[in-house]
Amino acid sequence: MKLIAATFAILLAAPAAWALEAPPGAMACSGCHATSASVDTPAPRLVGMKADDILAAMLAFRAGARPATVMDRIAKGFTESEAAAIAQWYATQPN
Amino acid sequence: MRITRRGLLASAAAGAATSIAAPALAQGAAGRVIVIGGGFGGAACARFLKALDPRLDVTLIEANPTFISCPFSNEVIVGLRELKEQEFGYDGLRKAGVKVAIQSATGVDAAARSVTLGDGTKLPYDRLVLSPGVDINWTGLPGYTQAAAERMPHAWKAGAQTLLLRRQLEAMHDGGTVVISAPANPFRCPPGPYERASLIAWYLKTKKPKSKLIVLDAKDAFSKQRLFQNAWKALYPDILEWVSLSSGGKVNAVEPDSLTLVTDFNRFKADVANVIPPQKAGEIAALAGVTDRSGWCPIDPVSFESKLQPGMHVIGDAAVMGAMPKSAFAANAQAKACADAVVRLLAGDKPIEPRLINTCYSIVQPDYGISVAGVYRPQKDLFVDIEGAGGVSPIEAPATTRAMEAQLAHGWYKTITSETFG
Ligand SMILES: Cc1cc2nc3c(=O)[nH]c(=O)nc-3n(C[C@H](O)[C@H](O)[C@H](O)COP(=O)(O)OP(=O)(O)OC[C@H]3O[C@@H](n4cnc5c(N)ncnc54)[C@H](O)[C@@H]3O)c2cc1C
Ligand code: HEC
Repeated sequence: MKLIAATFAILLAAPAAWALEAPPGAMACSGCHATSASVDTPAPRLVGMKADDILAAMLAFRAGARPATVMDRIAKGFTESEAAAIAQWYATQPN
Repeated sequence: MRITRRGLLASAAAGAATSIAAPALAQGAAGRVIVIGGGFGGAACARFLKALDPRLDVTLIEANPTFISCPFSNEVIVGLRELKEQEFGYDGLRKAGVKVAIQSATGVDAAARSVTLGDGTKLPYDRLVLSPGVDINWTGLPGYTQAAAERMPHAWKAGAQTLLLRRQLEAMHDGGTVVISAPANPFRCPPGPYERASLIAWYLKTKKPKSKLIVLDAKDAFSKQRLFQNAWKALYPDILEWVSLSSGGKVNAVEPDSLTLVTDFNRFKADVANVIPPQKAGEIAALAGVTDRSGWCPIDPVSFESKLQPGMHVIGDAAVMGAMPKSAFAANAQAKACADAVVRLLAGDKPIEPRLINTCYSIVQPDYGISVAGVYRPQKDLFVDIEGAGGVSPIEAPATTRAMEAQLAHGWYKTITSETFG
């Protein structure tokens, strides 16, 4: 519930076009999370994931509740609302 | 008015600008952007500029038809990889609608807003992005000249130098001494000398076990130090010796004829000498007037615009980025944020404050990777660490974690080069 509320808060707080702009930090994730499906890497793709799932993962990494090699260190750099905006944006990228 | 970013990643990834929804830029706001330097910063910036606004006229000026990448070139030096795997062309950019001029930029006329190419052509721009990487500071280390680098390779720009160092190691007898000299900060790729030392130690251990490796350092501390030193103690205890600044590690001069490195109290005679010399922003940055007395380029971290020359932006190794290291990951992340800022500025809009990430993986031996990560925000004229985020791999970790990070490092390389060159 909380996750959905956070996502909606972002959508409601901004005009429609805003939700589609890359929010701060979003474009840095693709240094590891390949946007193209043809790249051979163990890092999972974000494009194609649901916003709620991305946000839930980010919050779990941040809290240390989900094991990680590197995402725990990265997720701690983003507030919940920043992570929600990034998650929302990835969910709108065509797969 | 806002630019619609739907499909940005897809269009950048596919190298096609067509999948982007109609941009909402004001009529006539598109412009001419020139990017100098087709490396990790410049090539990514040119691609993303075109993806963000397909109507922009984007020209990439790059001196070489094929880019040879430094990340993973340390593996080439020890024979774990071939130089071919380091080579990238610019067809992906051409396909994305970027004009690619294989030329050296020889000058920038700030008043006329034009760039002069090696063949004399002058190209006009509305905004200029410089990502020229580093040049060796040939006056920074007495004795280290271009001729000296043919005997004591730096291999800090990948290509012929990488292969020269590899051949020298291969030709060295078992029982020889390899010496690496590491420079003071700032320099390209802070963990790079120590990844190289690790891999050369691995090569010696497996191929020439009677040999020694001495690292002479102009610093007392370095990136991922505890991780590296723990690994060295475990893997290469009898081979690798690190000499810190306070133990007399700073190299003051080199004598290429006898492969000698001179410190305050000692003379180190090497069989193979890898001198990683002091560096500065790529020469064109000084010609464009964007370097300060340090030899590097101060910028505004929100727009990446030069503090010294309006209308010119600097990204990557050449720029002063504060807490962000000079890495390919960082250059690529800065490139995308800079492209976003340039598009907004051309549209008469204000750039938004970016959040940037860096992660540098290092390979300590095959199947053993470690990393350092950071998340950054602008503060005054620099990027600072976001507190509580970032840091290094765990000091104690099972072999499976190290193996996973080695795999992730290789995956990262494929991802970042695909993101940069298409
Ligand atoms: C041994 C080694 C290992 C490394 N490993 C890693 C790693 O694992 N991970 C990581 O993130 N980083 C790594 N790096 C660092 C990385 O290589 C650099 O940080 C990165 O290349 C910086 O990108 P850039 O765009 O600033 O410069 P570059 O990538 O060097 O690109 C600059 C380009 O500009 C061109 N150019 C310069 N001047 C002109 C001119 N006047 N006209 C036309 N073209 C010009 C050059 O030909 C070049 O192609 C490593 C570096 C080294 C040396
Ligand atoms: C340095 C490389 C790197 C960067 C940069 C990075 N990630 Fe990750 N990400 C990973 C890896 C590797 C994993 C797998 C977990 C781990 O080992 O840390 C992962 C996992 C994830 C997952 C879980 C995916 C799943 O399958 O459930 C999400 C969500 C995620 N990252 C989001 C992000 C976001 C958002 C950003 C940018 C703010 C980002 N990542 C930046 C490497 C990276």
